Amino acid sequence: MKKQNTKIFTIFALIVLGILVYLAENHLDAYKLRILNLSAIYITLGVSLNLIYGFTGQFSLGHAGFMAIGAYVTALLVLPPYYKEMIFILEPLAWPFTVMHTPFIVALFFSGLFAAIAALLIGLPVLRLKGDYLGIATLGFAEIIRVIANNIPRITNGALGIKGIPEFTNLWWTAGVAIFTIYIIKGLINSSYGRALMAIRENEIAAEVIGVNLTYHKVMSFTISAFFAGVAGGLFACLLTTIDPKAFMFLMTFNILIVVVLGGFGSITGTVIAAFLFNFFLEYLRPIEAGFNIGPIVVPGIPGLRMVTFAALLLIVILYKQKGLLGGIEFTWEGLFQFVNKLFSKNKSSEGSAT
Amino acid sequence: MELLNVDSITMKFGGLTAVNNFKLKINPGELIGLIGPNGAGKTTVFNMITGIYTPTINKIYFQDNDITGMKPDKIAREGIARTFQNMRLMDNLTVLDNVMIGFHLHLKSTLTSAIFKFPGYVREEEDIYSRSMELLGKVELEKCKMEKAGSLPYGQQRKLEIARALATGPKLLLLDEPAAGMNPQETRRLMDFIQKIQDEFSLTIFLIEHDMKVVMGICKRILVMDYGITIAEGNPKEIQNNPEVIKAYLGVDANYA
Amino acid sequence: MSLNLFLQNVANGLSLGSLYALIAIGYTMVYGILRLINFAHGEIFMLAPYFLYFGFLIFHLPWWASAVVAIILTAVTGMLSERIAYRPLRDAPKISVLISAIGVSFFLQNLAIVVFSGIPRSVHRPEFFKTLFQFGGIRIQSTLIASVIVSAIFLTLLIYIVYRTKTGLAMRAISADIETSRLMAVDVNQTIAMTFVIGSALAAVGGILWGLRFPQLFPWMGMIPGLKAFIAAVVGGIGNIPGAMLGGLILGMTEILFVAFLPALSGYRDAFIFLILILILLFKPDGILGKNVQEKV
Repeated sequence: MKKQNTKIFTIFALIVLGILVYLAENHLDAYKLRILNLSAIYITLGVSLNLIYGFTGQFSLGHAGFMAIGAYVTALLVLPPYYKEMIFILEPLAWPFTVMHTPFIVALFFSGLFAAIAALLIGLPVLRLKGDYLGIATLGFAEIIRVIANNIPRITNGALGIKGIPEFTNLWWTAGVAIFTIYIIKGLINSSYGRALMAIRENEIAAEVIGVNLTYHKVMSFTISAFFAGVAGGLFACLLTTIDPKAFMFLMTFNILIVVVLGGFGSITGTVIAAFLFNFFLEYLRPIEAGFNIGPIVVPGIPGLRMVTFAALLLIVILYKQKGLLGGIEFTWEGLFQFVNKLFSKNKSSEGSAT
Repeated sequence: MELLNVDSITMKFGGLTAVNNFKLKINPGELIGLIGPNGAGKTTVFNMITGIYTPTINKIYFQDNDITGMKPDKIAREGIARTFQNMRLMDNLTVLDNVMIGFHLHLKSTLTSAIFKFPGYVREEEDIYSRSMELLGKVELEKCKMEKAGSLPYGQQRKLEIARALATGPKLLLLDEPAAGMNPQETRRLMDFIQKIQDEFSLTIFLIEHDMKVVMGICKRILVMDYGITIAEGNPKEIQNNPEVIKAYLGVDANYA
Repeated sequence: MSLNLFLQNVANGLSLGSLYALIAIGYTMVYGILRLINFAHGEIFMLAPYFLYFGFLIFHLPWWASAVVAIILTAVTGMLSERIAYRPLRDAPKISVLISAIGVSFFLQNLAIVVFSGIPRSVHRPEFFKTLFQFGGIRIQSTLIASVIVSAIFLTLLIYIVYRTKTGLAMRAISADIETSRLMAVDVNQTIAMTFVIGSALAAVGGILWGLRFPQLFPWMGMIPGLKAFIAAVVGGIGNIPGAMLGGLILGMTEILFVAFLPALSGYRDAFIFLILILILLFKPDGILGKNVQEKV
């Protein structure tokens, strides 16, 4: 398929998406919008985690920590100064946060930037470690970030967290950031640098001998991944309107991990689909935990059942379908047309062979 | 000027001396062989030259630069490439990708231009593609360019590894047991291939081998190692008749015609 | 700080440390044999006091019988988790097993929420464990002494098993070289199962002692102590059993003394422990007693 045609189809698809977002924003209720928004944020989180896991092969468990940094940065920048003075009741907010007040997009940018800087500082020493050790080290850093957030009331308001964040996040933002994330990361993967990252995943020693600078590439991948995690954190803050350190415990990273595993390592398409499935099921299974009524019968809720189900799903996928529920396929326009063609030609040949 | 000067290096792992006082000077255009029983320390020598290990004592010079302890990727940039004894391909990547990666170290485009596909980068990428196809042609693997490297038959995987090494544009090529697992026919083709690429790419080649046909057939100079020490050095005839070498190989089937 | 207070803290540290040691051993044994960090080990630890609680309350078993049943059930859970979630992945890439371990961890945690509910439960403390001993100026709870003594007993048993029995020999063999062990007719599957049983049983003992000391139970209580015990195993030298014991004691002491000497920073206690982990991983990954295993190129 010619490059021109792919570009046209993509632009067409984006326009369609834009129309859908417009319709959704103006006609759906808040509940459904919240699920869509969360799904889109999880796309950003999942794709960015996939960059460091699925493509570069580095087992980082610290995503929640970068989210936390992003969330706090956005919250502090987006709230007006007088409001911040009000809610910081444990200790007064430190300067310069007292005077800073920026538009949403600037805040999101700084969220990503600060998360990226943290990733740079953490990644340089830590990315030398392999496999489990890297996982535990990054988990450790995420926990350290969380503990710090809990203990510096001058900046984060400690355990109280920050409430009343303006609800700037809407489907335009979340979908827009998700598209941007996919665009950048796909651009990276489909380039010589992307090949270098995958080479590192496949065989680190060989990659180094081939001339791939391990430190540079690993840190680059880690930093970019963290940038988007930070932005997602900012979107999160302005969606839920309240954040506190407890929201960024390991459970958050585990949720993102579920999305990446179910969608398949190294498959952006899979991550997108899994992000939606995860959030939809999480919401629609809520009645099972809260209890519901069938006519006169009251079915009591079983709390914790959703996560048990997802954990079990994760185990099933990792044990039997390691490439993810979809087998690691990636969406391309060509692939779509071939698929559609196959469907139609099957029909044709079955008619013809009846003679 | 000699291309590579290995200046009496020693490699110790804790209490074990794997390589003891290894000395070697290679001039441009030479084809040198390194033989010896298993565990003699041959691959360790390769690992020191390519930066995977740092010699415990003394230094290595490449084109008069001190490359001792340099990281492998930097050494690749200096112009030394290698293949591995137990083969290290990127199994889940395509044959084509495996070779294209070899060109990455010479990439001039920045990360940004690569992500956003600026014209400068697009040109470089096209260039990489055509040069990779050329290399694949030389090893007769163009037809399977989209297959996963891990799914190739063994002999073809070896050729792919060599193609990948060539992509880095080396001056010195280290081959670690390139003929391992090959039948006599494939081995003969490999010998021709090695000599062909040496001419075509102006390479200096240093190889480790157990197959004496290969070593005696194409190497002009041979070193023999045993228990970390060089026990002999010379041309094929001298090595064949060296009593020390024969003693080291006693019991090993060393049939060279 | 007065001498009495200091000794009190040391006693606390030893007691906490011995609990960490019991849990750390499970981590280190599994790592030694499978090169896997069993993320789910903390949940194994958590299940024991719950089994105890329900055995005592629901089935009205005498306290000590509940404890034995709890240990057995926990050991079985550990063995099952290996059979179901780790054994099928023995030849898969390392990352898959890691994720499986995380999956088991969350599965057990949430299963506990479903079955036991998240309401904190109080473990019944038999009279013996409520007494307070006085040594000079220090007051020591009997649970403290019990922790140290019971840990010491079980650890001695463990040393005996590992160094003086055939099973232990098999474990050490597999630790060193799993392929060759297979060739030497070592029943790898059985030995690994045994490793999980022993590790889980020890964690169960730790869990019960923990439940006696901190009587509030909730389903996610295993995460942080589990993580800390893992850190203890790394500090002592992952894969090394005496290392795990040493690491456990060191970590317990460090935790208590950190809060004792720097009360203003007590909120950072956990962060400090994680920092230790990261420093060890970066600068002395073999831990105090561990040995380096280099990858062959």
